[in-house]
Order: sequence, then C-alpha cells, then structure tokens
Amino acid sequence: MLSKRVIPCLDVRNGRLTKGIKFKGNEDIGDPVETARIYYEQGADEIVFYDITASAEGRGIMLDVVERVAAQIFIPFSVGGGIATVEDMRAVLLAGAEKISVNSAAVKNPDIISQGAQAFGSQCVVVGMDVKQVPVSETIPSGYEVVIHGGRKPMGLDALDWAKTVEALGAGEICLNSIDADGTKDGYELTLTRLVSDSVGIPVIASGGAGNPEHMVAALTEGKASAALIASIVHYGEYTLPGIKEHLAGRGVKVRTVW
Amino acid sequence: MLAILDYKAGNQTSVRRALDHLGIPCRITADPEVIESASGVIFPGVGAAGQAMDELTQTGLDTVIKAQVDAGKPLLGICVGCQILLDYSPENDTRALGIISGECAMFNRSLAEEDGSPIRVPHMGWNRLHKVRDCDILAGIEPEAEFYFVHSYYPVPSPEFVLAETFYGITFCSVHGRPGLWAVQFHPEKSGRPGLKLLANFNAYCREAAHAQ
Repeated sequence: MLSKRVIPCLDVRNGRLTKGIKFKGNEDIGDPVETARIYYEQGADEIVFYDITASAEGRGIMLDVVERVAAQIFIPFSVGGGIATVEDMRAVLLAGAEKISVNSAAVKNPDIISQGAQAFGSQCVVVGMDVKQVPVSETIPSGYEVVIHGGRKPMGLDALDWAKTVEALGAGEICLNSIDADGTKDGYELTLTRLVSDSVGIPVIASGGAGNPEHMVAALTEGKASAALIASIVHYGEYTLPGIKEHLAGRGVKVRTVW
Repeated sequence: MLAILDYKAGNQTSVRRALDHLGIPCRITADPEVIESASGVIFPGVGAAGQAMDELTQTGLDTVIKAQVDAGKPLLGICVGCQILLDYSPENDTRALGIISGECAMFNRSLAEEDGSPIRVPHMGWNRLHKVRDCDILAGIEPEAEFYFVHSYYPVPSPEFVLAETFYGITFCSVHGRPGLWAVQFHPEKSGRPGLKLLANFNAYCREAAHAQ
C-alpha cells in the first residue's frame, strides 16, 4: 500500500530561508540547502521549496540552491513560485528538482499545465491552488473559490471545477492550500480537502492550518489527502519529523518508517 | 566505472548525482566504446515507453544494450528503462527490447487500495517491496524499506523473472530480472538510503563480475 507523505515546505527569498529554522540545540539555520538535508535525514518524504524572490537575479540564485539540494538529498523535491513558462520549468528540472509547481500562472494561462505535462510528463507538474470559502453562488456552486496573489484576488473560479480542469490538462498532482486555514494552526480545511480529493483521480496534498500531528491524521483520513504539507510546526522545533511519523503510524495512517 | 545510458528520455543526472554521492565513478554516455569499457550499465528512464524506444532505435543504443547483455555485462534498468527491457508496452503500442520476456500493463483506476479507497493513477509515492526471490541488489536492505515510485504502467514479466512485488490496488512486479540483469520500477536514485544501498549493491556486483573476467 502506498504511504501517505509528510512534506515540509520551505520559503526561500534570495537564496535564504525567509525565517530561520530551529533544530535541537536551538541554532538558527537560514540555509535552505542545509535545512533540506536535515529534513531528508529526519525522514521527510518529499520537500517543497517556495521561492518568493521577485527579481530575475534571484531566480538564478534559486537555481543554484536547487542544484546544491539535488547533490545532497535523494528524495523528490519540488520548486514553486514565479514559474510562468515552460522554459522556467525546464531550468528548474534540469537543475535537479523532481517537480515544479505552478499556481497564479496556471490560473492566468491554463495552457502552461498541458505544455509542461507534454514536455516533461504529468508527474513533474504540480498545480498549487489557493482557495477561499465564499457564499454559494451560481459561479461558485461549491462555496470554495480560487484566489491568487495570496488570497487578495478572487478569480470567479469554482475550486472543484478548477481541480477537474487542471487534472484534464495533465497536472500530476494538486497542492491544495486553504487561505482561511493557513497560518491559524487550527487544522486543515477538511471539507475542502475531501471535496477536491473526491473530485479528481490525481493525488491531493493538503496545505494550510497544520498545528499538530492530529490535524495531519484528519487531513490524510477524513480529508482523503495523499500527503500533508507542514511548515511552522516543524520549523520551530515544536514537533519533529520522526515524532510526527510515529504519531501518524500509531493512529493507523500508513507512513514510511524506515529511511 | 558505470555507464549511465544517455538518451533523451532519461533521468541521467539524478542517477549521476546519486552515484557521485556514493563515490562511484560513472559517465553519462551514448558512446558504444565507453559503454563496452564500463563494468556495468545503468539504463534510466522517465516519460513514455514509445518515446524512449524511439530514442533508443534512432541512436542505435537498442543494439548496443542487447549486445552488452548478451556479452554478460551487468545492467540495471530503472522505471521506463525497466519496462522496455520487456517485449511490449501498450503505452504508445510500443514494441520494446525483448531482453526479458513479458509485457507491461496499465493500472486500472477501478482498483482499490487496502483501505478500500480507489487508487489514484499514477502510482506516485513510497511503497514497499515483497521479496519473491533472493537478489543481490536488495541484499542488506530492510524488508520495511520503501522506495519512490512514479508510474502509470507496470511490468508483467514471465513469472520466473519476478524478484519482488508491490501492492497498489493489485500485486505487481516491482523488481524483475536474473543475476546480472535487473530492472526496478521505482527510482533508487530518489529513494533515500535504501535506494542508495541498492545502487551500491549493483556497483559491488559489477566490480566483482569485472574482476572475475
């Protein structure tokens, strides 16, 4: 049986983590490469890098980070943020990432999904979706709307329709982020996660709201997600990856326990 | 030195990075002379079987691979490289290399996981191996170890070649071959420590085989 995946997410700006990461001993690490290596050794099943660099110069720095990560960690990792063209995708994949993730660019230009899938295979193309709960309407029958620009811009697009569309266009996976739950540490948006998981036949990564391992259990069982994205709960030493894996296994969630 | 076959459908650089990390000398090459001088050959692959096979026939690497296997050179096929060692794949209706007898099949979306949920295709993520026969490349790897898979088609070799199986809606063959000729459906270069161990095992076998000659 396929294991449920635990995926730490690292935000990078100009080649450095946006916030320091605290490990045992409480040293502050700002280096994404070293942090990725530590998470790899602690049993992360995959790692997501989100590049929030805006400049073209920063893009070159990120490619260097990707190359150095690829030389040190031997699990899949994906890179998202600012990827808008097939050339952007190619550069990141050639630098050694397994997958690339598109979000706003895919909403503005859905063809990027099929172009990426054709050029590199569906398994490389993750579509990130930022979703916000709204009143049910004719345009948004599920009551969940796709937003971009960190939730500031509603797109008049129903989340379930969009999920089915990206699957049809060749996305290999969906990373589903609830804007409402993000940063609350009150748990993932389970209804949304389950609705999207039930709407598509590709894996769904639950994102936004993880405050403890029990929230992850809920996303992976009730929410039917294939993977759970986590950030602050491991970054600040509150929980460790081995501890989280142990908790999930104890609750009957199939996870990878030997690494 | 291990030769990593260079053709357009490959994930050669990931394999090279893993071997570099292990300190195993290797070259990414399509040069028949370099391939002949190598102690073993790694045949990587991502993407579609048809595309991979087209690349191999256009570059003449198909005959090079067959000749090397006939000459007893150790070979490790990975993912698509594992599938096209067989006779045929329904993916793009592909006549494959025919080095190991068997075909490929596609995961049926109506299959269910052990917990009753419908399987998602591709089979993407970490899964276990259940050993069917002893094999050198799995030596010293814990039975609970998991490997990283990404595929929609799986190999169905003749039963005598099945070395390990994996469950995903159906029990399928995830390692096949015979001593000196192995094919793995997963990506050892992306499977953490157990994957690196498998690559090191393959290299150790190649070195011994080269010394024995």
